[in-house]
Amino acid sequence: MNIEDIIKPENLVFKKTGLLTEKPLSYCPGCGHGVAHRLVMEVIEEMGIEEKTIGIAPVGCSVLAYEFMNIDMQQAAHGRAPAVATGVKRVLPDHFVFTYQGDGDLAAIGTAETIHACNRGENITIIFINNGIYGMTGGQMAPTTLPGMRSSTSPYGRDVASMGHPLKMTELVAHLPGTCYVARHAVHTPANVTKTKKSIRKAFEYQRDKKGLSFVEIVSNCNSGWKMTPVDSNQWMEENMFPFYPLGVIKDIDAKTK
Amino acid sequence: MGELRLMKGNEAIAEAAIRAGVDAYYGYPITPQSEILEYLMQERPEERTGMVVLQAESEIASINMVYGAAGAGKMTMTSSSSPGMSLMQEGISYIAGAELPCLLVNVVRGGPGLGTIQPSQADYFQSTKGGGHGDYRLIVLAPSSVQEMSDFVKLGFELAFKYRNPALIQSDGAIGQMMEKVELFDQQPRLTMDQLYEKYGSWATLGHKRNDRRIITSLELESARQEQFNFKLQAKYKAISENEVRYESIMCDDADYIFVAYGTSARICQKSIQLGRAKGLKLGLLRPITLWPYPTAPLQELAKRVKGFLAVEMSAGQMVEDVRLAVGNQIKVEHYGRFGGMIPSPEEVLHVMEENIIKGTK
Repeated sequence: MNIEDIIKPENLVFKKTGLLTEKPLSYCPGCGHGVAHRLVMEVIEEMGIEEKTIGIAPVGCSVLAYEFMNIDMQQAAHGRAPAVATGVKRVLPDHFVFTYQGDGDLAAIGTAETIHACNRGENITIIFINNGIYGMTGGQMAPTTLPGMRSSTSPYGRDVASMGHPLKMTELVAHLPGTCYVARHAVHTPANVTKTKKSIRKAFEYQRDKKGLSFVEIVSNCNSGWKMTPVDSNQWMEENMFPFYPLGVIKDIDAKTK
Repeated sequence: MGELRLMKGNEAIAEAAIRAGVDAYYGYPITPQSEILEYLMQERPEERTGMVVLQAESEIASINMVYGAAGAGKMTMTSSSSPGMSLMQEGISYIAGAELPCLLVNVVRGGPGLGTIQPSQADYFQSTKGGGHGDYRLIVLAPSSVQEMSDFVKLGFELAFKYRNPALIQSDGAIGQMMEKVELFDQQPRLTMDQLYEKYGSWATLGHKRNDRRIITSLELESARQEQFNFKLQAKYKAISENEVRYESIMCDDADYIFVAYGTSARICQKSIQLGRAKGLKLGLLRPITLWPYPTAPLQELAKRVKGFLAVEMSAGQMVEDVRLAVGNQIKVEHYGRFGGMIPSPEEVLHVMEENIIKGTK
């Protein structure tokens, strides 16, 4: 059987969404960003909202997200994406606005913008990629770096006595009255990908229904920064990141209570 | 004739913003400009015109909210005073780099640091020479009356959208706080979404089809292309320099000696001219209205026939550098300034003109 006999439209079971551009991703092979990008774009395509959605790219590994996400995009200064998103959403209240941010951007330099956008209940969606490290700049310690975890600026491991503790932003924003939906997921296995996509969909639906700020964290690997193979990094993530950053829906104002 | 009112300068800016059809104001309180945000909140502009007014958590957030809304093609503004403007410089650089139109207002107070809440003009360098990182320029308008506080809101937005460049009203604590008669312009309608798509849809992120989308960014990692973009910016700044210089020439026609001053200092110099002319001294005033682009050519024309210039500023000598750049060493140029929130008296300014300029050049 030739390959041409297999690749036929009727045999297609998966197709890249047209809301991802043809530009090759700039992310390291094995990194979770590619899947996270795809899920956000698939949700926007499936909801039919692509022509009224504006994405805000951060500074960090996903600084070039606007090159890959095939919708209107703005590139924000480091940490300021929630403020930029607020500015857009307030003047285009019937459009969909989301930010896509890493841990350095969202949980260090942009902490104030993140907390206040959440607390105001800005009707936007925040997608937060947490890999516990500054990937873009070469693997420095992030606000989410685990205790004892090595990075180029914590080469002997994060010493919480002198370097402070990792910040659980997702639990923190879940406490704020302005957030309507807060969840933490991963994208390293098919089952987790499915759960993540469901949550992203819910986040955008809540935005559509003007319920407040929806916040989805994706705990991801950084095989380059962690200096591991992709497979090892995913295993390390399961063993070390997940116990500290447990997965699941943390807050859902519409959840049916039993 | 438009509606006449007695207003503070800060209030005039706020009222003019509503009347100009501004879509959004994002700001943070700081003395001596808090009346702008207070007046806007008091007026319920969301009911008058649908204008958005939001108190942000910081000036850093304000300016980035401006970036977002301006990137959507909306008429967007913020205001602050010196320490707050310092916080905004990062965002202003990004706005200039992304070529977004917006209006900024700086009601300048004394510095450096927390300084004082009293009037000053010591932010001239910050406003006209950069402030943030990179090669960029702001269009800087310097009102010297409450009337101009109102008028320059409209003018600032016209220039900002004409060139897709941030414009700045550089005021000071005196003009912001003092009350004068102001003739307000009539209410302008805000643009509808259809009008927005038609006018600014070619660049603004208003929502577009895939493969025909808009991107607002100041990033270009490839150096050769970043240089090309900088050439484009410089060409725009050259066009602004050639077309948008504004100044007022007061009693310069027969003058031997010229004050160069803007804003509050220009008002003081006008009184000094009266006092000097009463003594037979032929004094005039060149008042830059645009601090950038600077009125270099009119100063050069005056330099051909007058005997000296005195730059009067509430700073240690910032604008005087542009006077010297314009007229060189062929003619006497001196600076007189008070700072830290002190305002010079007309008598004091006249005395300096007589002692430091006129005596030495007779």
